Amino acid sequence: MPAAITPEVIDQLLPEIAELIISALNLEMSPAEIAADAPLFGDGEGDGLGLDSIDVLEIALVVSKRYGFQLRSDNEDNVRIFTSLRSLTEHIASQRTQ
Amino acid sequence: MQRHALFTGRQLDDVLAWQAGGAISIRQFLAEAQALAEQLPPGDWLLNVCQDRYRFAVGFVAGLLCGKTSLQPASQSAETLAQIAIDYPGTTGLCDGEFAAGALPCLHFPDLSAVDRRKVTKMPDFPSDTLAAILFTSGSTGLPQAQRKTWGKLVRNGQAGAQALGLLERPHAIVGTVPVQHSYGFESTFLLALHGGCTFWAGKPFYPQDIAAALAAVPQPRLLVSTPFHLSALLAAQIELPPLDLLLSATAPLSGELAAQAEQRCAAPLYEIYGSTESGQLASRRTVTGEHWQPLAGVQLDQEDDSTWASGGHVEGRVPLGDLIALRDNGQFSLLGRHADLINIAGKRTSLAWLNHQISAIPGVLDATFFLPDEAPGASITRLAAFVVAPTLESRQLLAALRQRIDPVFLPRPLRFVDALPRNPTGKLPRQSLQALLHRTTDHD
Repeated sequence: MPAAITPEVIDQLLPEIAELIISALNLEMSPAEIAADAPLFGDGEGDGLGLDSIDVLEIALVVSKRYGFQLRSDNEDNVRIFTSLRSLTEHIASQRTQ
Repeated sequence: MQRHALFTGRQLDDVLAWQAGGAISIRQFLAEAQALAEQLPPGDWLLNVCQDRYRFAVGFVAGLLCGKTSLQPASQSAETLAQIAIDYPGTTGLCDGEFAAGALPCLHFPDLSAVDRRKVTKMPDFPSDTLAAILFTSGSTGLPQAQRKTWGKLVRNGQAGAQALGLLERPHAIVGTVPVQHSYGFESTFLLALHGGCTFWAGKPFYPQDIAAALAAVPQPRLLVSTPFHLSALLAAQIELPPLDLLLSATAPLSGELAAQAEQRCAAPLYEIYGSTESGQLASRRTVTGEHWQPLAGVQLDQEDDSTWASGGHVEGRVPLGDLIALRDNGQFSLLGRHADLINIAGKRTSLAWLNHQISAIPGVLDATFFLPDEAPGASITRLAAFVVAPTLESRQLLAALRQRIDPVFLPRPLRFVDALPRNPTGKLPRQSLQALLHRTTDHD
């Protein structure tokens, strides 16, 4: 576990998680094209990344292997962690064991 | 008219379901269903989109008690819900989370914990011709097809499904990763509980660690009802799983390799179910033995030309099947493949004709086609591509319009704008031309 999860730590981790999403899903875009606070799921406005539950399980697997923890929803909304790139990054920063 | 009890072979104080708080008895369940029935507005139709398997069950039985048919569409897109509001006037929605109901009135699942279960003294029964549920398929014409399920057939469906898996002799506790509203989850979790003696976990675990936790919360013997996609994710996670007794898979073909790996890791047999929303479940087999499919009790298949039809048992009428099938003399069969128009992505099914109808109906689209590329090595799920001629539209506008109409798993990835589609002189789009066009447009990126 990192000593403290500051906004700077999150900002530094954002491009790494963006790259992980892109490589896990073979998306045709660059990490900079994923806005940190835009919805990862399609919301009908057209500015989201348009992910679905298949993508989420694929990303979850890559996350567990790289950062050493299993994602859980505990019967909450399954994809709340995936609201945005920032929310996913914050979750990983707080849960990672490696 | 013959009547059938709500449950087969169960008593009021038997356990029906498991939640984080422990067991729920059939008596408690019936008290909650009765209380909910009294809160539902009048009308003939109930659109029950509860995510929680137990709340769905309470809603379904509340509907039966007050004369409502359960509507179970294949998707919850805005377009689908608008069509339901037109075709089934007076529909009430029942939800337990966020639900974009559009114009439909929607009841949020109420707190029923204060009901008095001692008031429940008898098991309800219903006439066999009661229209209990309508499941919808996406027809190739673009209009959803309504598949009507009567109570008597649902009873036989649950009994036959349980018999095929040996659950009547040894009821299991079921953990399902699939939605209870779609035909597979409906039959293999809900109906197995009503008429196969089984109990079920109320939640719908998603992440592998959630599945492990749900399994640990129910007693043995345990049955995991899942899909090749979820099983593959579960095995890849390499986490500790509580002892399992039976695995069930459906909705998409299961590779022999994955089946063998799952059996070895879980030390339990893995059975596959074959069926369709139109016909219900038709047959089962244990994948690793390479066995042929064994029809469920009473189900018969017959063939005309290269089409196969199912009838008998719990099947409503005579139903054409979307697969190429080789029948054997002993009634067993093997699957030779799907008819080319049908698409299955991670267990969700549709047809290319329906998708092409949807994209072509968007204003500004002059010509368009969906296309399922050859499987790419390494990618676990192959996604659809689409080519579109729409000089006035931008990619995000078109995707937003598509999202209103089709399930997200069918959204094209990639979506390519082209000047013209490679139609041949008869107007058809040969597969090789589309594969070449995809290759060509990818290289230019």
